[in-house]
Amino acid sequence: MNSRRDYDVVIIGAGMSGLAAGIRLAHFGRSVCIFERHNAVGGLNGFYSIEGRRYDVGLHALTNFSRPGVRGTPLVKLLRQLRIEREELALCEQRGSRITFGPHGETSLRFTNDFTVLESEVAERFPAQVDGFRALVAAVRAFDDVALDAPALSAREVVRRHIADPLLEDMLFCPLMYYGSPTERDMDFGQFVIMFKALFLEGFARPLEGVRVILRVLLAKYRAAGGERRMKCGVQRIEARAGRAHALVLDDGAEVTARHVISSIGAPETERLIMGDVPAGVGPTPPGRLSFVETITVLNREPTAFGWGDDTIVFFNDSERFEYASPQADVDTRSGVICLPNNFEYRPGQCLPEGLLRVTCLARPDVWSAWPEDEYRAAKGRWFTAVQDSARRFLPLPMGAVTPEAAVVATDMFTPRTITRYTGHFGGAIYGSPVKNRHGRTALDNLYLCGTDQGFLGIIGAMLSGISMANLHVLQKEAGKA
Amino acid sequence: MTKDECRQVVLDIIADIAPDEDLSNVKPEVRLRDQLQLDSMDFLDIVMELRKRHGIEVPEADYMQLASLDSCAEYLTPKFNALAGKS
Repeated sequence: MNSRRDYDVVIIGAGMSGLAAGIRLAHFGRSVCIFERHNAVGGLNGFYSIEGRRYDVGLHALTNFSRPGVRGTPLVKLLRQLRIEREELALCEQRGSRITFGPHGETSLRFTNDFTVLESEVAERFPAQVDGFRALVAAVRAFDDVALDAPALSAREVVRRHIADPLLEDMLFCPLMYYGSPTERDMDFGQFVIMFKALFLEGFARPLEGVRVILRVLLAKYRAAGGERRMKCGVQRIEARAGRAHALVLDDGAEVTARHVISSIGAPETERLIMGDVPAGVGPTPPGRLSFVETITVLNREPTAFGWGDDTIVFFNDSERFEYASPQADVDTRSGVICLPNNFEYRPGQCLPEGLLRVTCLARPDVWSAWPEDEYRAAKGRWFTAVQDSARRFLPLPMGAVTPEAAVVATDMFTPRTITRYTGHFGGAIYGSPVKNRHGRTALDNLYLCGTDQGFLGIIGAMLSGISMANLHVLQKEAGKA
Repeated sequence: MTKDECRQVVLDIIADIAPDEDLSNVKPEVRLRDQLQLDSMDFLDIVMELRKRHGIEVPEADYMQLASLDSCAEYLTPKFNALAGKS
């Protein structure tokens, strides 16, 4: 067991961002330890097993996919910074995705990893808007989305300058919000740009075996670089003294010290740990309000067997306007995301062992957290059916000898309650606080944030967040001091 | 160490940092940034790899000395030789 009590850097949380920060720091000779409360790595992008089946927690698809030879993309930066060979991630591209709006999906826009597909779909369905759409794309490409101190700007306002049809506006916002926005109804334009690039200009891919492939690569790099980690041992308190994180008290009561502390557990969640001499005037960060339920259906054949087509991801909405907000009801089934993980272009001879259908909808965290166990279970059963029924409206009617119902071999569902239990995020807020903190500084001089609340989004974004905070606050500061 | 060897040391580092770049035709007198896709994160890595692998310190004020392979060789070769002389 690790008995060391003092480190150059301590990282709180072994999710994607914490592991990426750890790899950088360990590679450049810092003594690093990651403390993780859960017994598995991955955080919001982990995986779990039930009855021998492994399920990914968050991953529908890895966004920000770019093909070999495309330069300067977040994926390329990430591979370089972590010294990962592209082949190690074994990414397989999506077949194609769809945004579908109207009570029965009357208006659809298809998109793939080739951006011209979306562009021509917009030109066909919204001919009067296509020039505005192109102008918006130009504005997105020109925007410096990695600046650490960009002013806040309403994405709705910027988009409306270019696009006059609210249907097209909502259709563009829907996937971007579902895949990363912590903000209700609107997004910061910087976040919009990051997501627009990640989903539309770049694209979707995944390894055959899902998120665990990526985690395995990260763990191997971290271990090889000499990084330490302690599982089932979170940080319960950060002792502040003279404006610095003086010591960390672990769940088992032991104390460790570090010159730098990087926390990946969220801004409000980190602030709650700070005890003692806390500088005044640093306001608490508001927790996020957006959470989700996700249903997972395991089928004994590929979804294409039911005539469900080749869609990888389907973003749907049945109402006149798309409302991305914490719902009044327990779950808002008007809109959601369908993911068919079988529909990636896996390599010849490769396929997932079973069929999978995942559906995500917005959920109201307070009710899901408050129910006693029996009511919670009953609600899960009720809403599982409602979510499935809603989503199925946007898939072709099933054909073939066997109905999807008869082909179900297992189901699972996660809720805001599950998210809080396993990740510690207040209110099951997957995308964290609506207030992002790009430079990652906190009330304490040597305590920094990375991950969700630093504001880079998606799996690639999470890893880049860890990398850039490790660079900015530790490596860069110390590199030039010869 | 010769200047040629020093250029090779820098090229080896770049090959590890940016395996997606083709380094077979890098012109030693041309700025690296003008012929390869290297950003500030990559240059920071060159500095840190020099320290990690060879014990060479490059203070921030001297980062511009690493602009091209030739300027790297001019700047780094004496540092390598001084280090070799000490040990």
